Amino acid sequence: MSRYEAMFERLAAREEGAFGAFVMLGDPDLATSTRLLDAVVEGGADMLEVGIPFSDPVADGPIIQAAAQRALAAGAKVSDCFDLLARFRHRHPKVPVGILTYANIVMARPGFMRDAADAGVDSLLIGDVPSLEAEPFARAMEQAGIEPVLIAAANAPDAALRRIARLSKAYTYCVSRAGITGTHAGGQFDSQLIRRLQAAGAPAPVFGFGISRPEHVRAALSTGAKGVICGSAIVDAAARGEDVTELVRSLKAATRERLGAAMN
Amino acid sequence: MRLNGRFGRFGGAYVPEILVPALEQLEGAFLDAQDDPAFASELNGLLANYAGRPTPLTQCRNLPGNIYLKREDLLHGGAHKTNQVLGQGLLAKRMGKTRLIAETGAGQHGVATAIVGALLGFETVIYMGTDDVERQKLNVFRMELMGAKVVPIESGGRTLKDAINEALRDWSASFETTHYLLGTAAGPHPFPTMVREFQRIVGREARAQMLEQLGRLPDAVVACVGGGSNAIGLFADFIEDDVRLIGVEAAGKGLDGADHGATLLRGSAGILHGAESYVLQDSDGQIADTWSVSAGLDYPAVGPEHAHLKDSGRAEYVGATDAEALAAFKALAEGEGILCAFESAHALAHALKLAEAEPDSAILVGLSGRGDKDVAQAQALLA
Repeated sequence: MSRYEAMFERLAAREEGAFGAFVMLGDPDLATSTRLLDAVVEGGADMLEVGIPFSDPVADGPIIQAAAQRALAAGAKVSDCFDLLARFRHRHPKVPVGILTYANIVMARPGFMRDAADAGVDSLLIGDVPSLEAEPFARAMEQAGIEPVLIAAANAPDAALRRIARLSKAYTYCVSRAGITGTHAGGQFDSQLIRRLQAAGAPAPVFGFGISRPEHVRAALSTGAKGVICGSAIVDAAARGEDVTELVRSLKAATRERLGAAMN
Repeated sequence: MRLNGRFGRFGGAYVPEILVPALEQLEGAFLDAQDDPAFASELNGLLANYAGRPTPLTQCRNLPGNIYLKREDLLHGGAHKTNQVLGQGLLAKRMGKTRLIAETGAGQHGVATAIVGALLGFETVIYMGTDDVERQKLNVFRMELMGAKVVPIESGGRTLKDAINEALRDWSASFETTHYLLGTAAGPHPFPTMVREFQRIVGREARAQMLEQLGRLPDAVVACVGGGSNAIGLFADFIEDDVRLIGVEAAGKGLDGADHGATLLRGSAGILHGAESYVLQDSDGQIADTWSVSAGLDYPAVGPEHAHLKDSGRAEYVGATDAEALAAFKALAEGEGILCAFESAHALAHALKLAEAEPDSAILVGLSGRGDKDVAQAQALLA
């Protein structure tokens, strides 16, 4: 059983949604981002999304862009990110870890998927590879023992959702509305998207983009989604020197409310 | 998608999933318009009576060799850019969009987009790096005069590449009402194919004009390559002919250093701004900073069809340095009384080398733009 399956099974038994925390590796330096990973796990994050910084992140809003720039300015290399993740895996054997990055970073390194698998990474989401282009990437991931994660947008036609459902393995990263990371959804999450994905047989739907407060977590989970991912709010809090463990704790607490009722 | 959007291994549509429906809508509108005589009639009318097509083919009188210039510098707006902004503007209308966004480096594509925004009645927003806004104040004012809003971009290297990133981000949230009027034959499918088709008229006219004036096809066709729209437009109708196709990249301060924009000569396969192509990058895949005296060639990727033409061997790609381009700019001014854009001067620089080696060859040069925008810089560099 994969780490994701084990996590979703454990949370389902407790009637909780999954809380995913995003951290940009190398921001503002490798040591600080290492501590940040431990801090979000301590706050109760069930799964981690980690960014490998790219110079031209077109799917990201200003907060994540700035984080990537800080990491690159501090000299973060892809091999540093894998080393950091391997050490994290040693400390935390069970927490599922997914990489979020861009196609050029993956393409530039022959054996990227294998290196990720060796570092104990469970999944990979490539922000600028839509389902239309994902087939060869997904095949390479599965050959290396990594689970593909694709983004499902609410505006995707049925044919695209079926393709996304077929290619995604770990979970399905759901985006409720148009925009980039850090976009505030105003508490609106699309329950129809969740129903369409379930009908298409997609793996566990998890909402990202615009999750920064406990009420967003509750609203997202009330659609029947199995979890949420919080990115910009965590990165922003860390950059301001705020207590990230406490922020994660408050958001995680909201995943323990009423999920069971909403799902049935 | 109805077409596969590939040129050999290059091309594709590498964008966030959220943008795929917008690209599919654009491809559909483009293909439908290709089959619609009313679209062709409106576009051709604008190209002739608004933009001033056909543009002349000028045989040089005083430069060495036998050089012919395809005079896109005489097109309304001052460059070949106008051809394709009219095409995309009409498509945006067909799709019912009310707002145009575009990126610009030196400002030429921003000005062209502002022109079509004013003409066809769109709200127009131009993204431009803060460094470029500072360097190109006059072009910023031109855009504003025609009613466009110019948004300075602080992120990244604050130049063209960062303006494209920001336009893509805007489009991710606004595609229902907004058309992204990409300025070159790069980016995700269908842009490379669509922009080539809207620029094909340059080569089609030039081919007919060569046959009329010289009585035969040229031996070589030479064009500068940044993103590659002017070159692909000039090459397209010569692809099946027995004619050398030569793209000239910005060799900047020299190809041995890092200060150039020679993506095809010094880059490697990668994915940037929606397409697989050649990219200037480091070993981790981070995109490199580029340099050229001409802002229009100062770009770390290139249209995917050029990547394929290079790998297939159908076209050759060479470099011209800043110094060679400036010398050609000066030679054209002194010899023929024409001020060309620094971008076009790169093509001319290579044509002059070719003319020296083969004085009897007929060389067709894409004079893609006029030099007014570069006069102040030329004054500083040549004084």
